[in-house]
Amino acid sequence: MTDRQRIKFYQTGTFTVGNRLLGEEERTVQSRMERTNSLNSGHRACQGCGEALGARYAVDAAMRASGHRLIAVNATGCLEVFSTPYPESSWKIPWLHSVFGNAPAVATGVAAALRAKGRTDVKVLAQGGDGGTVDIGFGCLSGMFERNDDVLYVCYDNEAYMNTGVQRSGSTPPSARTMTTPAVGDHPGNPIGTGKNVPRIAMAHGLAYVATASVADLRDLEAKVTKAMGISGSRYIHIHVPCPLGWAHDPALTIKVARLAVESGLFPLFEAEFGKITGRSFIRRKVPVDRYLELQGRFKHLFGDRADRAALASIQSIADAHIAEYGLGEEETSGGNSGGT
Amino acid sequence: MFQIRIHGRGGQGVVTAAEILAVAAFLDGKYAQAFPNFGSERMGAPVMSFCRIDDKIIRLREPVMEPDALIIQDPTLLHQVDLFSGVRRSGTILINSSRTVEELGIGDLLSRLPHSDLRTVPASEIALEFTGRPLANAALIGGLAAATRQVGSEAVSQAIRRKFPGKIGEANAAAAEATYRVIASGEPWTAKEGSHAGTT
Amino acid sequence: MLEQLEGSQAVAAAVARCRPEVISCYPITPQTHIVENLSSRVRRGEIGSCQFINAESEFGALSILIGASAAGARTYTATGSQGLLFMAEAVYNASGLGLPIVMTIGNRAIGAPINIWNDHSDSMSMRDAGWIQLFAETNQEAVDLHIQAFRLAEELTCPVMVCMDGFILTHAIEPVDIPDQESVDGFLPPYDPVQVLDPEDPVTIGAMVGPEAFAEVRYLAHHKQLRALERIPQLSAEFREQFGRTSGGLSDAYRTDDADTIVVALGSVNGTIRDAVDELRDKGIKVGSLKLGSYRPFPVAQVRAVLHPSKRAIVVEKDLALGKGGIVSSDVKMALRGLPTIVQTVIAGLGGRSITKDSLIRMIGEARAGHLDEPHFLDLNWTAIHQELDRQRRERRSGPTPEHLLRVVNAVNAKLP
Repeated sequence: MTDRQRIKFYQTGTFTVGNRLLGEEERTVQSRMERTNSLNSGHRACQGCGEALGARYAVDAAMRASGHRLIAVNATGCLEVFSTPYPESSWKIPWLHSVFGNAPAVATGVAAALRAKGRTDVKVLAQGGDGGTVDIGFGCLSGMFERNDDVLYVCYDNEAYMNTGVQRSGSTPPSARTMTTPAVGDHPGNPIGTGKNVPRIAMAHGLAYVATASVADLRDLEAKVTKAMGISGSRYIHIHVPCPLGWAHDPALTIKVARLAVESGLFPLFEAEFGKITGRSFIRRKVPVDRYLELQGRFKHLFGDRADRAALASIQSIADAHIAEYGLGEEETSGGNSGGT
Repeated sequence: MFQIRIHGRGGQGVVTAAEILAVAAFLDGKYAQAFPNFGSERMGAPVMSFCRIDDKIIRLREPVMEPDALIIQDPTLLHQVDLFSGVRRSGTILINSSRTVEELGIGDLLSRLPHSDLRTVPASEIALEFTGRPLANAALIGGLAAATRQVGSEAVSQAIRRKFPGKIGEANAAAAEATYRVIASGEPWTAKEGSHAGTT
Repeated sequence: MLEQLEGSQAVAAAVARCRPEVISCYPITPQTHIVENLSSRVRRGEIGSCQFINAESEFGALSILIGASAAGARTYTATGSQGLLFMAEAVYNASGLGLPIVMTIGNRAIGAPINIWNDHSDSMSMRDAGWIQLFAETNQEAVDLHIQAFRLAEELTCPVMVCMDGFILTHAIEPVDIPDQESVDGFLPPYDPVQVLDPEDPVTIGAMVGPEAFAEVRYLAHHKQLRALERIPQLSAEFREQFGRTSGGLSDAYRTDDADTIVVALGSVNGTIRDAVDELRDKGIKVGSLKLGSYRPFPVAQVRAVLHPSKRAIVVEKDLALGKGGIVSSDVKMALRGLPTIVQTVIAGLGGRSITKDSLIRMIGEARAGHLDEPHFLDLNWTAIHQELDRQRRERRSGPTPEHLLRVVNAVNAKLP
């Protein structure tokens, strides 16, 4: 006898992937026969990789929006490495990898070449992990933003340098264990009070469109990519992608972990235009951060007998602050997407 | 080969002066090379520029160590810097000043370097009259042309007009021509009525 | 058209005629006049639909060109010194990807200590990165080399650095003939990429290559440089045929036929060297010179052929391999392996110190008399060196060296360098 997994069914009108009862226009890109599957199967990502999922969602949406006229530039990192193991490539689109810290600049160059040749119908997508975006690529990113180069930059944030073996980045959350912020000493894990909020920094550059998204909400992610693709100039989307290996969670729970991050308020979903928040996803049922953190081995030291209660409290207050700041608990009739569970 | 060295301070157009001279020589059908010697790039720092003129191609790439002619655009350098280093015995020295050589108090310096051709010329005053600014670089090239006959006055004026567009070019060319006449004639410069006649 | 103008302006005019499509730059002395001039030309619509991008750093600048070149555009930038180092990762990446980017290097020393004047340490730092490195002797040659460079780069799909001495050439005003647009178009056809990012025909560029194939990929890059050894003289010949003057080529020998001593050098100092050669020849001394036009690829066969009949080769180089000595002289020694020609290293011109004809003549005399130390540091202030070494021996906290040395040599701006 095999174990059975309990599946919850939802009724008509929900946004379940592949829901045939939804109107044509409301179906997701992923549910369509003609989705491009631009990141083809056969890549070498880990089981349950949130980034592989997020990249497929984002690139397919971008391909649909651009009429299949898209060039992708990728920073060094997990996505680049697992998608192009010599002599194979799982990319079905024109794709360029240069070095770790220059994806935004390389994308700027591709866009400039297209403009010089009068091919503004072809769109440019730049992709990088948090390392390549928040840290080493930050100078180039800011340069691209400030010039308003015509590129959609997507950051897949798994909150550490995963490809090199889980080292801390400027995106690693407070208290998280990594190989360079080990769970030892008086203050185990990543120091509280550090870290860089690149979506807010992108907003500060006055970009026409900035958004955060999560692999937990496919529809929302696709909608944001599609919207961004219809805007010119620099656009930035920051996607939260769990990493079962680096976060030490069950690979079957990738989407659930991502959802809990959103529902706790730790990863707020919002949109902004020209520096002002224009939309957010409301949290229907707020969950305490513990529910999210306890699924991940990288936060193990916050629980159990030697629990760091103070750190846990800090993290809760960060989540609460997000909810307050972005108005995630307020039900409004207009603006933003509704949250999922 | 005829070699010129120009001394001044940053902001006085010393490099431009060498360029005008080189272009003038070019227009006269000669081969010329001009280049600067920057210290730190800031206003007021001592700056040198160099120019070589010849009938054949110039291959040498070193600072002018033994100038045949020297222009000192800023006389405040006279007691601070060894401006006269390497000047040839027969060389021409042109100092931008409304004072005489004696009044400048450089007699002892010069006793070590007997020169047949050392003059002061109030190029800043001349420039001020024609252009409204005491920027003497172009005017001094006019003076040099007269003193050395290495380039013609017309070539100098043309070179100036190429460098500075419109009225500015015309005014500077006029200043250069006036300075040429002062040097060529040996007559002292008299400022027109109503213009500034300061001393430097 | 023949004009008397600044080297930088001449190079900008030549680059504009080459119809670049994307230019991305970051300013650094002494290349600034080139990029300023190009930005004006682009603004005035003189270069068609060319895009000029002000990058946030040199690393950004070259990265932008990597993307643009991969998308099929003809690309150009300029840098030197610290800027070249800052883009080092991208420099290797561009050649590894086989992108025909052309870059001017306004040769300038690398700090510390910070120094804005000319030497070749910057080009030398990237000599093994896979870029072709051509050196200009005059501003005319700098102009001509850029035109040849785009052609060479695009034929071989290998990026090219055109190196010209900072200040000495970039800021020198001398007569230069700038070819007209039609002539340049006749020499340089539109860029036809070997690989290009195109939605109609997708390719993956920049994939990882493991131990199973990396060596082969690297050998193929090396092979491109070996092919360049053939193409460089051919392009120079073609250029001469079309434009009527000799520019470029692997090397140029001057009065070497019966010379017992030949001076070898890169760049503008070759002009001064030829004057020194002529002066010595007038006195009956059999001296000649060999100018290296291409440093990478290194013209081994030509160097060997010209130098081996002579007794002695003196390599005058504007660089220093700390802890070793000469860089170019090592290459020359390698080219002469098995032959009895003595190779001497003369380190000169570091950080912009002038190399004078008189010093060269004196040095050649010492070399011919067998008195030259190896390596020889031309015009080095040994008194200052010994004073400083003594001071460092006496006190542990001896402070920053440059400050003390500058006091010792009593450096004031007005002194001739």
